[in-house]
Amino acid sequence: MLEILEYSFFTNALLAGVLASVVCGIIGSYIVVRQMVSVSGGIAHASFGGVGMGYWLGIDPLLGAFCFSGIAALCTGWLMMYARQQFDSLIGVIWAGGMAIGVVFIAITPGFAPDLFTYLFGNILLVTRTYLIIMGLLLFVVIAIVVVLYHRLLAVSFDQEYSQSQGLAFMALNLLMLLLIVIAIVILIRVVGIILVIALLSIPASTARQYAGSLHQMMIYAILIGIFCSTVGIWLSYLWNIPSGATIILVALVVYLLSILQKTLVLRRYRDIMRYRNDS
Amino acid sequence: MTRTSDEPGAITIEDPVILTENLSVSYEGHQVLEKVNLCVRKGDWYAIIGPNGGGKTTLIKAILGLISPGSGKIRVFGQDPKDVRERIGYVPQYQTFQYAFPIRVREVVFLGRMGRMKGLFQRYGAEDSRAVHEAMARMRIEHLADRSISTLSGGERQRTIIARALAGEPDLLLLDEPTVYVDDLSRDIFFSSLTRVRETCTVLLITHDISVVHAHVTKIACLNTRLFTHDSDQITDEMVAQSYGCPVDLITHGDIPHRVLERHNRKEADEC
Repeated sequence: MLEILEYSFFTNALLAGVLASVVCGIIGSYIVVRQMVSVSGGIAHASFGGVGMGYWLGIDPLLGAFCFSGIAALCTGWLMMYARQQFDSLIGVIWAGGMAIGVVFIAITPGFAPDLFTYLFGNILLVTRTYLIIMGLLLFVVIAIVVVLYHRLLAVSFDQEYSQSQGLAFMALNLLMLLLIVIAIVILIRVVGIILVIALLSIPASTARQYAGSLHQMMIYAILIGIFCSTVGIWLSYLWNIPSGATIILVALVVYLLSILQKTLVLRRYRDIMRYRNDS
Repeated sequence: MTRTSDEPGAITIEDPVILTENLSVSYEGHQVLEKVNLCVRKGDWYAIIGPNGGGKTTLIKAILGLISPGSGKIRVFGQDPKDVRERIGYVPQYQTFQYAFPIRVREVVFLGRMGRMKGLFQRYGAEDSRAVHEAMARMRIEHLADRSISTLSGGERQRTIIARALAGEPDLLLLDEPTVYVDDLSRDIFFSSLTRVRETCTVLLITHDISVVHAHVTKIACLNTRLFTHDSDQITDEMVAQSYGCPVDLITHGDIPHRVLERHNRKEADEC
């Protein structure tokens, strides 16, 4: 079974899984605590417009995805400021609008769009060495920004109004946050695909949240959970010959459900103990 | 309380801490504040009472520079509110954040130092740690320092938020409904610590809970879209009726009733 490790595509995939988990642990934690899951989902799906444009222009679809999700993020940042009331439905507009643009671009591109499914659903087994290096560099940028600005990002994430009252450049920090989400999405498209990106960003972080007392602790837990899920997922997808992205997500989902079950049981036992104490 | 140098045209030695002139704010055609003239002087412990929806929180946000006035003028320490934010400590009604946020008490209190940080890359230093420690000691939450806020009681959480404001060592403290969710112990700690805070700091407190208006309050005003100022420390039936729009039965505890009985005739005063 372990001879599979001799193939470079498989070790690349495992390495990509680890890098993706680190991104998800850090950025996913912000997304979950700031309740930006649907915002991130919108940005991720809007990137499909860029994939389509990439095919049409004959450039790398990931470059197009980066441009489109960047534009979507800027729109989102603007809407966060000026259209709080209709925010939810406007996210839906960005979400569906980007997808529709992508579909039209692909339709008008002559010929067949190769590996379209890779962009939609990801395929970690196709990750190349070059792509790993790009992932690593982007990840380094993300970590550097988060380490340097940790307290400021924490301030705006925790209590926006208060940090504003303190004169924090919260608009700039919010835009930076959105930029980090864009980078994370672009890194992850290869791994799980546009449609499943949001799952990988939110599920390990949500699992971690149940056990973490602080944000950095949550990030570390989420990274470890992500590494476990991606490794098990890649291995299972190879073993059973099923799509890797979806398998990773399903493993993460199982871990999440188990953690909820465990938390509920612990809570119930605690209540039983308290009841027993009160009775006696 | 008697007036000293508040007569029109008198030369004031020091700018008032908060000064609003004909401040009006409206949201989507609905007038929230109308021609509010407020003057808070150094060392005041100023209480503004009024019903929910009377514009209290809007006034606080205007003083913080979070919303810009429709018309009129606001000056805090004689300057634009946005320029003096690091001198203001703000205790919001604490629904502004989620209780389930993974953050420890100490980290929350440290956020109160944020306003004093210069540049984007400055990090917390020894001076910040000292101020945070002092603020936590003052609100008696040192033993909670490593607890996650989701595990705190309402009173403990409120003390944490007040400690966050005190950590910034403000010259002006704005309190928005500070005792709404608070247990008796936290309320006692709150008032005893504020009594000490007042030595260095001007306090503006807004509440719809008249029983909060404590013995140490030096000035009271009523806000219900318009501000009815009474440059005294007494609550009258008239004030309550004006600001709530109807007579209200006052049920009070302890040493407050003696203030309620006194009458005076001033209806509206523009102090500054």
